Order: sequence, then C-alpha cells, then structure tokens
Amino acid sequence: MIAKLAWKNLWFKPLNTVLSLVLLTASVAIISLLILLQEQFEKQFSSNIDGVDLVLGAQGSPLQLILSSVYQVDAPTGNIDYKEAEVWMKHPFVDTAIPLAFGDNYRGFKIVGTTPDYIKKYTATISEGKVFEKNFEVVIGSEIAKKLNIKLGDKFFGTHGDAEEGHVHEEYAYVVVGIASPTGKVIDNLILCTVESVWEMHSGHDHGGEAHSEDENPPHGEEGHIHVEGDEHDHEHVHDENCNHDHDHEVSENPAHGEEGHVHEEGDEHDHEHDEAKEITAVLVKFKNKMGIISWPRMIAQNTKMQAALPAIEINRLFSLFGIGLQALQYLAYGIMLISGISIFIALYNRLKERKYEFALLRVSGASRIQMLGLVLFESLLLCVVGFFFGTLFGRLALVMISSTTDKQFKMAFNPMTIIWEKEGILFLVTIFVGVLAAVIPAVKAYRLNISKTLANA
Amino acid sequence: MIYTENLTFSFNETTHFSFPNIKNNESQALLITGNSGKGKTTLLHLLGGLLRPKSGTISIQDTNISSLSEKELDRFRGKNIGLVLQQSHFVASLNVLENVVLASWLATGKKATEKAKTLLKELDLEDQMYKLPSNLSVGQQQRVSIARALINQPKLLLADEPTSSLDDENAAKVADLLAHLSKEYKASLIIVTHDQRLKDKFSNQLNLN
Repeated sequence: MIAKLAWKNLWFKPLNTVLSLVLLTASVAIISLLILLQEQFEKQFSSNIDGVDLVLGAQGSPLQLILSSVYQVDAPTGNIDYKEAEVWMKHPFVDTAIPLAFGDNYRGFKIVGTTPDYIKKYTATISEGKVFEKNFEVVIGSEIAKKLNIKLGDKFFGTHGDAEEGHVHEEYAYVVVGIASPTGKVIDNLILCTVESVWEMHSGHDHGGEAHSEDENPPHGEEGHIHVEGDEHDHEHVHDENCNHDHDHEVSENPAHGEEGHVHEEGDEHDHEHDEAKEITAVLVKFKNKMGIISWPRMIAQNTKMQAALPAIEINRLFSLFGIGLQALQYLAYGIMLISGISIFIALYNRLKERKYEFALLRVSGASRIQMLGLVLFESLLLCVVGFFFGTLFGRLALVMISSTTDKQFKMAFNPMTIIWEKEGILFLVTIFVGVLAAVIPAVKAYRLNISKTLANA
Repeated sequence: MIYTENLTFSFNETTHFSFPNIKNNESQALLITGNSGKGKTTLLHLLGGLLRPKSGTISIQDTNISSLSEKELDRFRGKNIGLVLQQSHFVASLNVLENVVLASWLATGKKATEKAKTLLKELDLEDQMYKLPSNLSVGQQQRVSIARALINQPKLLLADEPTSSLDDENAAKVADLLAHLSKEYKASLIIVTHDQRLKDKFSNQLNLN
C-alpha cells in the first residue's frame, strides 16, 4: 500500500517526476555506457596483445606500429627489409616470430601475409578446410565468412591498399582454403595468406609501366597505390634510388611511404646489390627469454633502421590518453546525477509543503512516524531504481549504435548484453545513495510533522 | 465511551487551558461549543490523541491514552478514533475509494474495500468513488471524510467544525449523517463547533465559555 501510494504520488505530478527521471536516466546511461565501453575496449585490446611481447617494424610512431600491426586499425609505419628482420627473428631469445605483410584488401577486409603461427597466436583453429600452404591460398576469419558469405573454394581478387575502392589485382585470384574459428579478436576480420603471396602479388605487375600510367592510379598518397620505385612521378617523397644505385639500399630510408607503406617489390627495374629485397610490414615477437623485452628496443634502435615497440606499454599509453576523455565524461555524468538528485530533492521538498495535511491525515488514520519517513524515502528510491533501470537500458542501446559504427569502421564490435557486476553495482549503489540523500531532509520533516499544529492551522 | 478527568493543557506559559470533565457514552452525541480561543480544537486534539495533556487523564473504552507510547497511540488512534475536520484533506493522488480503503489499511493492515464501498453508497457517494477527491464538491468531500472516519468502526468519532464551510442543505445532511451513523456504528460522537445550525440539532451540549 505504501508502495502504491508512493507510485501514485510520483505520477500525480508527472512533470516533476519526468524531469527527475530524465536526468537520472541520462546520467546512468552515460556512466553505464562508459563502463561497458571502457571494459570491453580494454578487454579487446588486451586480448589481442596476448602472446605478443614486442613488435618489430619500420620507424615511426610506436603506437601507430602497434595499432597497425596488432589491431589492424591504423596505417602501417612503413616496410622493413625481410632479410634484416630475419636476423632478429632467428635470435635465440625468440620463441615465435610472426611476420606480417600487408598490401591488399578484399571489400575492406585486410589481406595479411603471415605464417600459420598467426592463427595459433590468436588461439584460433581452422574450423573448415585447411590452413594456407601454397601461394594465394587464404584462410578467412569467421566474421568475414559470415558477413560476406564466403565458402571454401571461393575465389576473389584483392584490391590494393586498405580502401575498398582501388586498384584491383586481377593477375592472381585468391582461393579460400580454410575458415578460422571465431575468437572475438582481430583475426576474425582478416584474410590470411602466405607472405610469399603478397610478394608475388606485388612483384608481378608494373614492369613496363603500362599498368601504371599516370591516370590509372590517381589517388596517390591516401590510397598508397602500387608503384615501383623509379616510376617517374614526382611524389613529395622523392626516392633517390635512381641516382644512388651504388649505396646499400634500405627501405627505412623512405619510411613514410604515402599513408600506406605497402608492400612492394623493390628493385624491379634497378640493379640493387640485393636483387630480391623482400619486404614485410612488421614482425610480432614472443620471447623465450623475457630479457628481450628490456634489451631489444634499444638494441634495435641503435643497430638497425627498424624500431621495436612494446604493445603493453603503448596500449597503456593509449588507455591513459583515452582515460582522460572517459574520466571527463564520467565526471559530467556524475554531475548530471547530482543535478537529478537536487531535482528530486526540490520536488520532494515542495510537494511536502502541499502534502503536509496529507501526512497529518495519514497519521490521524493510524500511520506511524516511521511509515511517513518510509513513504518519502520510498518515493525517492522508486524514482532512482526506475531511473537506473532505464539508464542501463539506454546505455546499452547507445552501445549497440556505437558498436555498429565501430564494427563498420574498425571491425570492432561491443557486446551490449554483458553486465559488469562490480562497476554497475557501484553505480547502482551511487544512484540509491543519491536517492537517499535527496530524500533525507523531506523524510525527516515528514517524520517530525506536528499533526495537531498542522490540522489546527488548516 | 469516553471520559476525562481534570484535563489541563498549555502551549506556553501564557496560554493555559483547563477543561471540564467530559463523559460521553457510545451512540451518544455531545456538542462542545464556545467562542474562538477557548480551546475547542485543542480539546478535540487532546481527545483524539494528537496532543498530550499537561495533566489529567483521558480514557477511551477503559484505555488511558496518556499512558500509551507514541507508537501505541498511533495504532490506537487508527483503530478507535475517527476524525472529521473542518476542511477535508485527502491523499490527493488517490481516488475517493482508495482514500477510504487506505484508512482501513493503515489502522488494521487489511484493505476493507467492500466495506468502504458499502459505506460510500450509504453516504450517497456511489458515483464519486473513482474520482479524485479534488473533483468533488465541498459537501461531498465532507461526506467522504465521514466515510473515512467510520471505516474502522471507531469507538469515538470526533468532528471539528464539520459544517462550517457548508451551505444549509449540506450542513443539515452532514449533521444528520453524523448523528445517524454514530448510532449505527455505536460510536461516541463529539462535535466541536460554534455553528448555530448544529446547536439546534444536538441537545447534549457543553459550553467552554
């Protein structure tokens, strides 16, 4: 009956109630959205660096290297020479070293040249078919198979770069030989093949320049189309290979190759000292001897033109950058919650003035002081619980919307159905606390109401 | 039945009331009259257990209500005392029937819905049951407060200026209902008033002047 009374009272002044409820819902929605986002974001990021102690790649921003090579979300920093990288890959400290060669995509999904170790690293298995062995055989991630409805034996052509629109490599078709099991990690959205496939794909074309006349590859830069060094366009990055054939050509001399830094064959038309300078984009290293984590970054920076980046450190840096924004939003949301608390307080307090006869009357009818206190508290708490419920609901709806965008853009999806008990529990307690706090003064006033005086002054 | 002995009360050092002894049996009506400022309402609140007397005793059905604790008094009041006030107050968000039922629930913990309906019919409020109290006329509101005061079959029915805001017709109706129903429910009726219309109706009177 008290509950019914509280409920009816709330809806007796619907505007007051709706205002308080909207504010509460907004604050809870923002906070629960942030909780879910942060938790899942960190989990996704952390789960992907499992088994990667260090990433070897071209010089540039270490964060960019990690983002591009581990998470496939940024453009690569550039390419590294495979021979040079191989020296480090065979280092006794190393447990596994997985080479990655980027170059093409198929309908927006990256095609990555690598070794079967890559599949193992993500604890994925081949759920259908077999692992890639020969050139141009590919294993596709489970998400791609689902989204593009690709089956074993299907053939497709890759598009150069990482944009869906671009130069299509029509020389070689990839054949799907396997589909990887779902892991919830980046591999679900990748197409995997051998490193040699990528090399082959890009060495085979553009010898005479007929495939690469100026008008055929207009988006120079953003797209990072295929070209061979020595194509005589005037880029902003002028390569000096043509004139300096005598020196030891190293790729890292021209690190920021367009946006893309794609894999391409060097030396097609030049006689370098090494005629087959194979390039890869990055190497994911797992150490046997963890000393490498400490010693390699310096050794590599000093002795090579490559860089070694530690994913754990870079991701922490990213989280802390990210954290400032999240924190600010969180403060904002708690601010809104405070305002909603004040709004509840004002509503209850004002209503108390109107309702003091009502309370006196209830007391006359046999209600105790405690029941009056309870009634006011209950109204406030009811509001808070309803607000919390709608807040978590709307927070999740927002997450669904965000997730569909991030899924399209970054191939990263969030699950709105998870409940983070600990943090959301705390949020619930905070909400309840706001409700109690807002109701304390009105409730105590109701408790101490002097019935006789109230009725006599009527 | 109710009786008081040597009842005194003071708000502060200057206003001091001492009341004559009162005795009123069940089914009997007593009219307490007097000019303003003579403590009519104070006496009524004392009898209803809304105020505590400075000295003296009030016994309702052999219970000395001065000896009850706050909580016991709340419960006793709910069960045994019905109160009709000059202006009717209601829980604004509940409809007429719910308001009456609420009084039964607060006193006994049970919802006497059927009884409330019967009572409201008896008071000619059948069509008003599901309206909000604020949509009723003053006369109708006063009848609802009578229904609410009687729902728990109190031993004592107290009315504070129940007719002062009513027109002649409604005042007569309310006075008749109070007299009639207190007999039917075997309640002892005490009305505090300065309304001449009531003085003409009830012969058993006590003047505080």
